[in-house]
Amino acid sequence: MAFRNYILVCGGTACESSRSKEIYENLKAEAKKQGVEDVVQVVQTGCFGFCEQGPIVKILPEDSFYVKVQPSDAAELIAEHIIKGREVKRLLYDKDKASKHAQVEDIKFYQKQFRIVLRNCGFIDPENINEYIARDGYAALERALFDMTPDDIIAELKTAGLRGRGGAGFPTWMKWNFSKNVESEIKYVVCNADEGDPGAYMDRSTLEGDPHSILEAMTICGKCIGAHKGFIYIRAEYPLAIHRLEVAMKQSRELGLLGHDILGSGFDFDIEIRLGAGAFVCGEETALLQSVMGRRGMPVPRPPFPAVKGLWDQPTVINNVETWANIPVIIHKGGEWFSKIGDADSHGTKVFALTGKICNSGLVEVPMGTTLREIVFDIGGGIAHGKKFKAVQTGGPSGGVITTENLDTPIDFGSLIKIGSMMGSGGMIVMDEDDCMVDVAKFYLNFTVDESCGKCMPCRIGGKTMLGILEKITAGNGTMHDLDQLTEIGETMKKSALCALGQTSPNPVLSTMRFFRDEYLAHIVDKKCPAGKCKKLVTYSIDPAKCKGCTACARRCPVEAISGTIKQPHKIDTSKCIKCGECLKTCKFGAVSVH
Amino acid sequence: MSEKNELKFSDSLMQFINEWKEKPGNLIMVLHKVQGELGYVSREAAEKVSELLDVPLAKIWGVVTFYHFFKLTKPGKYNIAVCLGTACYLKGGDKVIETVEQTLGIDCGQVTKDGKFSLESVRCVGCCGLAPVMTVAGEVFGKLTKDMVPTILSRFE
Repeated sequence: MAFRNYILVCGGTACESSRSKEIYENLKAEAKKQGVEDVVQVVQTGCFGFCEQGPIVKILPEDSFYVKVQPSDAAELIAEHIIKGREVKRLLYDKDKASKHAQVEDIKFYQKQFRIVLRNCGFIDPENINEYIARDGYAALERALFDMTPDDIIAELKTAGLRGRGGAGFPTWMKWNFSKNVESEIKYVVCNADEGDPGAYMDRSTLEGDPHSILEAMTICGKCIGAHKGFIYIRAEYPLAIHRLEVAMKQSRELGLLGHDILGSGFDFDIEIRLGAGAFVCGEETALLQSVMGRRGMPVPRPPFPAVKGLWDQPTVINNVETWANIPVIIHKGGEWFSKIGDADSHGTKVFALTGKICNSGLVEVPMGTTLREIVFDIGGGIAHGKKFKAVQTGGPSGGVITTENLDTPIDFGSLIKIGSMMGSGGMIVMDEDDCMVDVAKFYLNFTVDESCGKCMPCRIGGKTMLGILEKITAGNGTMHDLDQLTEIGETMKKSALCALGQTSPNPVLSTMRFFRDEYLAHIVDKKCPAGKCKKLVTYSIDPAKCKGCTACARRCPVEAISGTIKQPHKIDTSKCIKCGECLKTCKFGAVSVH
Repeated sequence: MSEKNELKFSDSLMQFINEWKEKPGNLIMVLHKVQGELGYVSREAAEKVSELLDVPLAKIWGVVTFYHFFKLTKPGKYNIAVCLGTACYLKGGDKVIETVEQTLGIDCGQVTKDGKFSLESVRCVGCCGLAPVMTVAGEVFGKLTKDMVPTILSRFE
């Protein structure tokens, strides 16, 4: 049955935390109460991507884009928009625009985006398989089962030029081909959904918004390499994604799209969920496989590669969520179509989680070759609060910083490596003038030291030593010799660590040293932190000329370090001061300064 | 280990363990279920799992201590997890932790005396658009400021 209007309510984790579930319930209740339940369908979808403006409600066919909606707005939306056909202007993203149509296309955040991976996120109800099927879902599986040989599938992927989206960018067709060519009764297909990079959540949104695309892709791979069993290894911290996957698997089994004799083809394939338990190193494929087998997630040397000898020593294809999400589209529309998207180095699109000091944070999917400038300033709307852009960090704890000079670099696998960063899984963190790059490097290294499994010496000891040096520098005790040491240890780790975690963990340090050497020098030579972030290097003081003696700061100070009588200039006792910065925030006259 | 283990698992947990008993690589899945029921993996629980699955206790302890998600001590009634992923860190996640610590009078990793709250820092809960973020008993709170913390905690009295 067709409805006159469709109301799409974002049900991603971020919007759910802003009470989108209540909005959904209220809209349904109001539709019933106001007697329009037969003409309007309310759907809870996956993430729209524009998390900054959440919770988001979109109404079709007008394509009206409502932002920051509250549960109490439901009655008005139904009464005005659905019954009277008038948009509720105060909730529209672009309030000044009178036009009723093409709201979404007008939004700058979406203009430069091109959605393959996130094609269904925000469009379909992820808990209803029919909505996935209605948008060409499972058409690729049908084609793969009945019209294609395993070699055809490999050839299609090769034409497409799809490379792994988990970070390393290894050609997907090669992995599949290795496994396909190994003679073995038992083979496995694994989905890496252990999204551990702090600041990246595209896999979570894909699984929450479009779980069937992953199931379909894994089944296609099973058919291609001759596997009958798949595992999805997912973080236990993602309960909503796990729930949606379970619902999706149940529904596809009921329709004969998963399990025994799929679509009557005689091919069997089933998938099981395995939960991760919070170990970043399990994002590394050999460690992940150890974890699926119920062991400590410690990497093992390659070769043999998992594609040849993986789970329980059988050939295992392991791909990341985003890579899987591309597969059904490639098989359905053809590798040729896919290869035309992107630039010469890398084909297709890449999803980034754009976060940090940016106006429009959210999930962004752009064709490969888009420049950073376009992402940060056109899509992201520039730096929040009128601050100055400093750098973008890509690749998380394995990547590096990209500075103003490289803003026009096209984003593809090759170009990012050339400028000392990497694609990584897609975290893109924007930093402004208030961020100290030495502190950021320390933050990432702290993370990798904590997450190092301890198996190999370069990572276990090298990381810890580098961290010690950074702590020394941020405490004001650094020497110039420390910089040479950082470089030497970092370069050694890159060459000698066992897995990617150890090999890439010096990157944030080496990259910030390369592009922000002056900040390191300021910490070491001048004993100053230019951004005022490193507590041990800053002092707070009150300008007696500006201080009105209002006593606000003295009352706010948690350690009573500020003294002075009313209407007289106050003073900070630096020996008591814990440098919390409260006085700076409290002062209305700009009298407190930090050096 | 010759002493008799007094700990009893619920019927549903026992059923789950029996279902998974013969599956290869079951240990982590079983431990998740155990923690789901008890809130943490106690020494007794680990011993019991060791008997039921016929896996050496040392191996179980190796796994439990390797993964951050498994807890060895009983958490509070409401567990507070403050996100210290990159986006949250840059936007002041460390200040949120400090405020929670001051409000509750405990350090990160501790439980309040009345057993009501426990506090931990976590890596990225995947809501970077809402940074800084914390979760209390699984409920997500975003775009936090220091002043919001006491109000949020008071809802969990």
